[in-house]
Amino acid sequence: MKEVHNFTIIQRIEHGERYFALVLAHGGTLQSPAPGQFVEALVEDCPGVMLRRPISVHDADPQAGTLTLMVQIVGRGTRKLATLREGDRLNLVYPLGHGFTTEGCKKPLLVGGGAGIAPLLLLAKTLQANEVQPTVLLGGRTAELIPARDAFASLCTLHTATDDGSLGHRGLVVEHPVFNDSYDMIYACGPTPMMKAVARSAAQRGVECEVSLENVMACGVGACLCCVTDTDHGHRCVCKDGPVFNIKNMRRWYEQ
Amino acid sequence: MNNDTLKVRLHNLQLKNPVLTASGTFGYGEEFADFVDLNRLGGFVVKGTTGSHREGNPYPRMVETPSGMLNSVGLQNGGVDKFCDEVYHRIKHLDTNVIVNVSGSSIEEYCEVASKIDALERVPAIELNISCPNVKCGGMSFGTDPGMAAQVVEAVRRVYSKTLIVKLSPNVTNIAEIAKAVEGAGADSVSLINTLLGMAIDIERRMPVMANITGGLSGPAVKPVAVRMVWQVAHAVKIPVVGLGGICTAEDAIEFMMAGATAVEVGTANFVDPTVTMKIVDGMEQFCKDHAINDINDIIGIV
Repeated sequence: MKEVHNFTIIQRIEHGERYFALVLAHGGTLQSPAPGQFVEALVEDCPGVMLRRPISVHDADPQAGTLTLMVQIVGRGTRKLATLREGDRLNLVYPLGHGFTTEGCKKPLLVGGGAGIAPLLLLAKTLQANEVQPTVLLGGRTAELIPARDAFASLCTLHTATDDGSLGHRGLVVEHPVFNDSYDMIYACGPTPMMKAVARSAAQRGVECEVSLENVMACGVGACLCCVTDTDHGHRCVCKDGPVFNIKNMRRWYEQ
Repeated sequence: MNNDTLKVRLHNLQLKNPVLTASGTFGYGEEFADFVDLNRLGGFVVKGTTGSHREGNPYPRMVETPSGMLNSVGLQNGGVDKFCDEVYHRIKHLDTNVIVNVSGSSIEEYCEVASKIDALERVPAIELNISCPNVKCGGMSFGTDPGMAAQVVEAVRRVYSKTLIVKLSPNVTNIAEIAKAVEGAGADSVSLINTLLGMAIDIERRMPVMANITGGLSGPAVKPVAVRMVWQVAHAVKIPVVGLGGICTAEDAIEFMMAGATAVEVGTANFVDPTVTMKIVDGMEQFCKDHAINDINDIIGIV
C-alpha cells in the first residue's frame, strides 16, 4: 500500500561532492520496500520547484524502521535536498514502482553507474538474505563518482571501472573482464547508454537481465503518463510499470 | 452545518461536494485509491478516451516550469472498448460520479465514444474534450472555432443522453464566445480551462525540451488566467461552469466558485500531494463553517 509520510532525517551520510545519503524514519512501522522501488520526495520552500523528485531506495532496515535514500545533486530540487540536515523533515510518497525480481537467480551480476548505484545496495542485501552471493560491478568517470563503495565492499567482492583509471579497470563496465563471466541474471542501473550496452550484451549471451530506468516524473503512480519509455508493447510508465523492466520486452528500447 | 452544505448540481448531475479531479491527472481513480477515499469526492474525470487505442506522443513529454509544468502526453489511452470492457467494471461500484473525458480526431470519433459511454449505467456524465493542445488532428482545433465547437457538440448531443460537459480551451481570443456557441449547441455545462499552450527550450542542447516541441501548461502558474476566464464565461452563459486551473487549496476552490464556478476540478496538485483532494473537501467544509455559509451555492458567482 502506498503512503504519504513525514519522515525525520536521523542521519546524513556524505558521499563526495555529487552524492549524499539520508537515513530517514517516521516513528511508525516501516513498510519493507522491494529493492528497486523508489520514493517521491517533496522539495519544500524551493522557488521554481513544485513537483516531487523520484529517488530510489538505497537501503532499508524494517526492524529499525529506517529508509535510506542516496541522492545525486543534479538540479535545483536536489540541491535544495542537499541542504537538509539531521532532524529536518522530508515528506515522502512511498513505496512506488515495480522493483527487481530476486527469486530464482543463483549467480547474479549487479552493474551500476553513477546514481544508478543507489538501488543496488538493497538489492545485494536482499539477494544475500536469500543466500545468493552477488558479484557487484560499479562504474564512474572517476573513483570519486562511485559512491557508497565501502558499503558494497563490506558485503561482497566489489569490482570497479573508471574512465580515468583512478580506480579498478580503466574503461567501461561492459569492458571489465568480470562482466563477461557467466551469470544467470544481470541487474543494471545507471546511465541509459550503459544500461543499453549491458542489455544488448545480455541479450546476445542469452542471460536474463533487468534494467532500472530513470525519467522525469510527475505523479509517480501511473496517472499522468508523462514518464513513459518505449517497450516492445508500446509506451509504458517508468513510475508504475517500472522502474525495473526485464529486457525481454525491451528490444525496441535497447536497440535504439 | 449539515451534510448538504457542499452539495451542488451540474444540470442533472448531483455532486456531494464541488470537488472533482481533472482528466489526465488522476488516471482512472484507482491510482489514487491508496491515498484518498474516492467516495468522498464529488466525482472524478478519467483519462481522455478515444475511439481506439492511442500510444500518445514520443518522449520527453513533461518539463517542470515556474509554479507549473508543461506536458505533451497526446491522449495516450487504451481506447473506448477497453474502457467499457475492463476499466469500467473495476470502478463502477464507487459511490461517486465517474465522468469520462471523451476525445477524438473527428466528429465521428467523438460520437462513437460518446454513444458507447452513454450505454454505461454508472457513468452519469461525459466531459467532451475539444481543447487538447497536444494532438495534431482534432482536439483543440474543434475548441478554438465557435462554428466547429458547435458542430461537434450538436453531433454528440444527438447520440448522448446524459449530462454533457464541454471542456474549453484557453488558447482563444474570446472564450465566452466559444462557451455561448457550445451552450447553443446543447451542452449542459462547460469546464475550463484546459492547459495553455507553451514551450520550453534546453539552451545547452539548443533544442525544445519536449519531443512534441510544444505542450500544455498547468499548475498554479495558470490560476489567475483560469479565474478570469471562469468569471467571463459565467457571465456569458446560463449553464453551470466547472472551474479548473492550478487549484491547490480549498481557498483556491472557493475563489473559482466566487468567480462563477459551480464545481471545480483539481489537476496538477494531485502530483504534488496525492491526498490534496481530501484536504480541499475538508477545507471547504471548514470555510463554510467559519463564514456561516449553510449552502455553498450561495457563494457561486458572487463576484
